[in-house]
Amino acid sequence: MTTPSDLIGQGPHTANAHLAPPGGSRGLLVFCLISAFAAVMGAGLTQDPIFRLHAGIVALAAMLGAFVLTGKLAGGTLLDEPDRYADGVIKAGVIATMFWAAVGLLVGVVIACQLSWPRIFYFPEAGWLNFGRLRPVHTSGVIFAFGGNALIATSFWVVQRTCRARLAGGIAPWFVFWGYQLFIVLAATGYLAGATQSREYAEPEWYVDIWLTLVWVTYLLVFLGTIWKRREPHIYVANWFYLAFIVTIALLHLINNAGVPVGPLNHKSYGVFSGVQDALVQWWYGHNAVGFFLTAGFLGMMYYFVPKRVERPVYSYRLSIVHFWSLIFIYIWAGPHHLHYTALPQWAQTLGMTFSIMLWMPSWGGMINGLMTLSGAWDKLRTDPVVRMMVVAIAFYGMSTFEGPVMSIRAVNALSHYTDWTIGHVHSGALGWVGFISFGAVYCMVPWLWKKPAIYSNKLIEWHFWLATVGILLYIAAMWVSGIMEGLMWREYTPQGFLAYSFIETVSAKHVENVIRMVGGLMYLSGALIMIFNLWRTVASTSAEPAVSAAPAPAIA
Amino acid sequence: MADRETDDVTGTETTGHEWDGIRELDTPLPRWWLWVWYGSIAFAIVYWILMPAWPGVHGYTKGLLHHSDRADVASDLHALDVQRGAGASMMRKASLEQIEQDPKLQAYAQQVGQSVFGDNCATCHGVGGTGGKGYPNLRDDVWLWGGSLQDIQHTITVGVRSGHPGQRLSQMPAFGRDELLPPAAVSDLTEYVVKLSGRPADAAAAARAAPVFAEQCASCHGVDGRGMQSVGAPNLTDGEWLYGADRTAIRGQIHAGNGGVMPTWESRLSPETIKALAVYIHANAGGQ
Repeated sequence: MTTPSDLIGQGPHTANAHLAPPGGSRGLLVFCLISAFAAVMGAGLTQDPIFRLHAGIVALAAMLGAFVLTGKLAGGTLLDEPDRYADGVIKAGVIATMFWAAVGLLVGVVIACQLSWPRIFYFPEAGWLNFGRLRPVHTSGVIFAFGGNALIATSFWVVQRTCRARLAGGIAPWFVFWGYQLFIVLAATGYLAGATQSREYAEPEWYVDIWLTLVWVTYLLVFLGTIWKRREPHIYVANWFYLAFIVTIALLHLINNAGVPVGPLNHKSYGVFSGVQDALVQWWYGHNAVGFFLTAGFLGMMYYFVPKRVERPVYSYRLSIVHFWSLIFIYIWAGPHHLHYTALPQWAQTLGMTFSIMLWMPSWGGMINGLMTLSGAWDKLRTDPVVRMMVVAIAFYGMSTFEGPVMSIRAVNALSHYTDWTIGHVHSGALGWVGFISFGAVYCMVPWLWKKPAIYSNKLIEWHFWLATVGILLYIAAMWVSGIMEGLMWREYTPQGFLAYSFIETVSAKHVENVIRMVGGLMYLSGALIMIFNLWRTVASTSAEPAVSAAPAPAIA
Repeated sequence: MADRETDDVTGTETTGHEWDGIRELDTPLPRWWLWVWYGSIAFAIVYWILMPAWPGVHGYTKGLLHHSDRADVASDLHALDVQRGAGASMMRKASLEQIEQDPKLQAYAQQVGQSVFGDNCATCHGVGGTGGKGYPNLRDDVWLWGGSLQDIQHTITVGVRSGHPGQRLSQMPAFGRDELLPPAAVSDLTEYVVKLSGRPADAAAAARAAPVFAEQCASCHGVDGRGMQSVGAPNLTDGEWLYGADRTAIRGQIHAGNGGVMPTWESRLSPETIKALAVYIHANAGGQ
């Protein structure tokens, strides 16, 4: 495969015509300065230590941004290159993706240890290391930090290449990238300090939500602007999925996080919904975060990187249309299946369940389109571990989008709900689908972005693939066993009509499965660390040299 | 659609579009996929007809089966009452002493007690009932509110500082925090209490505290410091400490007067279940 150029073909070449900084650079500098001033004022005026911590972080970030921008503007190194693709921000996105992958997975292993050996990994003197604080760091870390950066970086790559247009908005893509990293840092430090809205996958407090809204709307405008100035007559299917992801996440985020702060200089806020309405809004959000963040966005990734890597046409254009629209339409209804047998009215549970079942085939449309794109290139499964990784990702996507509708059936849910089965289901989707398709995309993009002939070592990709695959299987198998076991234990009655097991007995019974889960997670983390090493060696290698994996090992002198 | 061409491998036409080298085949929708999807939609429609499903302006469609989760819960709870009925009637007819002495009743109380204790009591008192800091040990023979069968039954029923009208209520004053005594007197009292428990203490300080103890503490803890179960005042001489045995802990108790809360179980457990639980706890403790 040849390394793609970053030159935009067939466009009006304006090279060296006007070497000006990207549009909005000076505006961003002013924004940084104003933000820094406001944040310093906020930190000084507030009585709230968590708000002060966050205002301090914002001030630091804004000053750093202003400092770097000033330096680059004064030095004349920040230049717009309208005839090239904006790849710098994608490189940064790839680095951030892998950095947050390591952090998020590591925290996952730590909390898996806490569940396995609660006496050893319990730190009563360091409250911020408690499971309750670390758990959202893990979930947000892998979903939003790792997954989000992977989506932003790949969407920037895909939208430019398939539209043959440079990213719109001048400096705005860089604002999106750094703004998103600031969001992650504010979210994670807030969790550790104990600032949380207690809304699943939406724990950050009100000012972090407002900041993310600003960043996200800019992201939407950059994406739309790039599509707007495209030089292709049609919009490629990957971009439909990315766009659906960006638009729907904005909508979900705004409604789910509607709240009233205690004060302008206080971190705490209260949501506008209450009771069962609140529960429904939270799971309408939570389920569609899965549907549009973890499914639609990554399908966009699949629709570009799979056909690109295997060099085969997409299996069916018609299928992509039908499954796209059916997925979008049906997913948004399925949230109530998270609230079976609760105070939620039964009719709403019915709708949640039946729409989840109708969602099965629309989900599988994406799987079919991904897998069948390999027809005529199945041999690449054997020769190219990156293709294998993406195909296994699609297989896990198919598995979990079948398991999901099954678990949404009320009778099944009566057993599975609140058990580890749910945790296993989430992880077959997250580790298998989201993780593997992202790793596949990054393995594709790194040589393209850094202009290298190939990844440093194919053998290390093999190691990554097998470690991670076995890790996932250990993880989900352990969670199936422990989930069904604890579900059965919870519903067991004695002949006298009393519960047979106390809750703590059901927790103790899962010890072995908890340990296996930890081992699976550790293997998955190890694979990711091998990948980081492999990517680093790829980037650090000199371009002229062939990849080491293709060359004989050098003799030791 | 001028650029449509035929793919060699599959023999299918492409759509004629191309993006960054990616083309698309114009393969029709897989039949099996379409039919399974139609099947799942048909399933949903049948389910909507049978079960509560669509909301309207006034209420919602009830479904042909008229199924109701609430009715299911009510009938499940009723079935449970029936299942528990025989045992409950045994517990109702017998006195606490009879339950403890009759092997059959005792065995029933043990089984029920173990289950109920694990689900309701173990959270604070521990799986083995051995308690922890601030949560009394139920396996020894030291009792704040009495360890007889009747005492235990009553404590479970009304709770401690629970808000129940007949609650077990005691309040150790916060002598230090509320400035009832100067800090020096609190320190002296600490020595006095250490001495009461038979450990070496500062004799001069203890002597200074003796009149203070007699005036402030003896009304509940007794002149000899042996406590008073009728008011829930702990025995200070037995070497058992709810909030810790060392000087810092004792001083902290005199300073702040902590007292825990045990909920009333009257509204959560039936009187028969509480009886069984009392026998279970009594049989597994020292047996006062």
